[in-house]
Amino acid sequence: MNIVVLVKQVPDTWSERKLTDADHTLDRESADAVLDEINERAVEEALLLKEAHGGEVTVIAMGPGRATDAIRKALSMGADKAVHVSDDALHGSDVIATAKVLAKAIGTVEGFDLVIAGNEATDGRAGAIPAILAEILGLPQVTQLRKVTVEGTTVKGERETEEGVAHLEASLPAIVSVTEKINEPRYPSFKGIMAAKKKPVTTLTVADLGVDAGEVGLGGAWSGVIEASPKPPRSAGQRIDDEGVGGSKIAEYLVGQKLI
Amino acid sequence: MPAERLLPTTEAEDLIALVREIARDELKPRAAEAEEHERFPRDVFRLLGKSGLLALPYPEEFGGGEQPYEVYLQALEEIASAWMSVAVGTSVHVMSAYPLATFGTPEQRERWLPELLEGDLLGGYALSETHAGSDAGALSTRAVLDGDSYVVNGTKAWITHAGVADFYTLMARTSEKDISCFLAPSGSGITAAAPERKMGLTGSVTAQLVFEDARVPADRLIGAEGDGLKIALDALNSGRLGIAACAVGLAQAALDEAVAYAKQRTQFGKPIIEFQGLEFLLADMAAGVESARATYLEAARRRDRGVPFQRQASIAKLVATDMAMKVTTDAVQVLGGAGYTRDFPVERYMREAKVLQIFEGTNQIQRLVIGRALRKL
Repeated sequence: MNIVVLVKQVPDTWSERKLTDADHTLDRESADAVLDEINERAVEEALLLKEAHGGEVTVIAMGPGRATDAIRKALSMGADKAVHVSDDALHGSDVIATAKVLAKAIGTVEGFDLVIAGNEATDGRAGAIPAILAEILGLPQVTQLRKVTVEGTTVKGERETEEGVAHLEASLPAIVSVTEKINEPRYPSFKGIMAAKKKPVTTLTVADLGVDAGEVGLGGAWSGVIEASPKPPRSAGQRIDDEGVGGSKIAEYLVGQKLI
Repeated sequence: MPAERLLPTTEAEDLIALVREIARDELKPRAAEAEEHERFPRDVFRLLGKSGLLALPYPEEFGGGEQPYEVYLQALEEIASAWMSVAVGTSVHVMSAYPLATFGTPEQRERWLPELLEGDLLGGYALSETHAGSDAGALSTRAVLDGDSYVVNGTKAWITHAGVADFYTLMARTSEKDISCFLAPSGSGITAAAPERKMGLTGSVTAQLVFEDARVPADRLIGAEGDGLKIALDALNSGRLGIAACAVGLAQAALDEAVAYAKQRTQFGKPIIEFQGLEFLLADMAAGVESARATYLEAARRRDRGVPFQRQASIAKLVATDMAMKVTTDAVQVLGGAGYTRDFPVERYMREAKVLQIFEGTNQIQRLVIGRALRKL
């Protein structure tokens, strides 16, 4: 199986995340950058499928120069090779532009059977890339999965929702997105870290992919952030002393907040 | 706050990132409970082994990580910050593999080194005896050649991993004057006594190791007969660097706890870190941690360059472990009454620090080594 995994470098969820004052894009300098946790699971799922069916795993990342750290992490876990789309013109791209670029990058991987992505990135949290990609590439999408299996040329998956579990399937090639319930990702080994240094990473620009630079980046975005301010600090709670009517006072408060 | 490190290569940076991830997710959350219940975490060593962290300073061709001590020790320090017993165990395992890796014949290395390094096996280092601690040369465990194996009788003391290790690097007397080194697989004739009831490092097993007509195949003699004490002391030189790194990691953990506490604990209407009496105490702790780190790294770099480092290793062990005792004691002081309870980790750190001044050569022995070197200058 020829599997592509989409990975993104994001600010560590443990650190404070901010937008820049200049253009309200992610302030990448203010936080430690890591391979998104959900992408570690996507890589793990690809490696499990490779171990079961043979084949090759290619990771694709779009991001600035230092995204190579996230790519190396995926390679040290066991992915075989990587494509890194890096171009200053991409700064501030929205989901549509990002999906267009990723679609082109996926196109450079000859004969891919399956594309695996996380269901959403922990920074942007749009959660739209897998679906837009499927639309652009004209492929079936099987998203938000907690379980993935491949039988012959069919991919099957389980999607858990509040209403129940949906059993989905599609013919390959297909786009799959996975949730945090899919697996527990492996740790790389030091051997994996050493091996990752020797694995091929192809770096491509927007021009290499035949994408018009005007269509991407902040200028090409269909929406913009006009203003951003940090979340106000939590205000002190309201204290209710129970003098026999505590329960009804709490109920009143919850009704006032439209919570019950 | 994690230590700021200058690392020589990208793979060293990735290695430290991996160790921090494993330390954060697998070691730190389990340490307090396992230590309280005196449970040895054998599975944690399997994970470290599988990740290649038990074999960092050994050649790649035998399954090692081929890392300089400068890098291996910083990885060890990160483990120590999360769980001291595991770091000390790692250091002991690495030291146990050292005689074979350094003094073994090519055939011996090819045959046994890969299995020692691939991560499934755990080692112990059997040198001390009850009457032979600082005076290691007084050991009396005997190994008598009988056919194609040595028959070993005697009792070793203070053996880390006694009874849970898969192999022991054993020093035994092969004649009145000769001490020799063996790579002894665990098995028949080797039993561990009841574990010592220690003040700290309670997640790690320490016990006497009793040899009763234990047969060690003759081809497991490392070096020549009579080389044993030289090999043992050489291994300890490198082992001391491991203990120095463990001490710095432990002190870093104590400092981090103390700083975090001093920032959120308020008295007289402000965080106690804003009182200079406390702030200066924390500053001295930070200065101690960072200067001890610089000291062991200097010794490590000398080792990596192949120049003599014995004096520097002894200085690093002395400075780092005395520092760790002081910094962990001060951390308890910063946390006040809370620090004296088992609800916070700093009292455990203080108990764990004490043994660092005692094992792998007491700090008095380190001064002896340093003093002898000065006399020769």
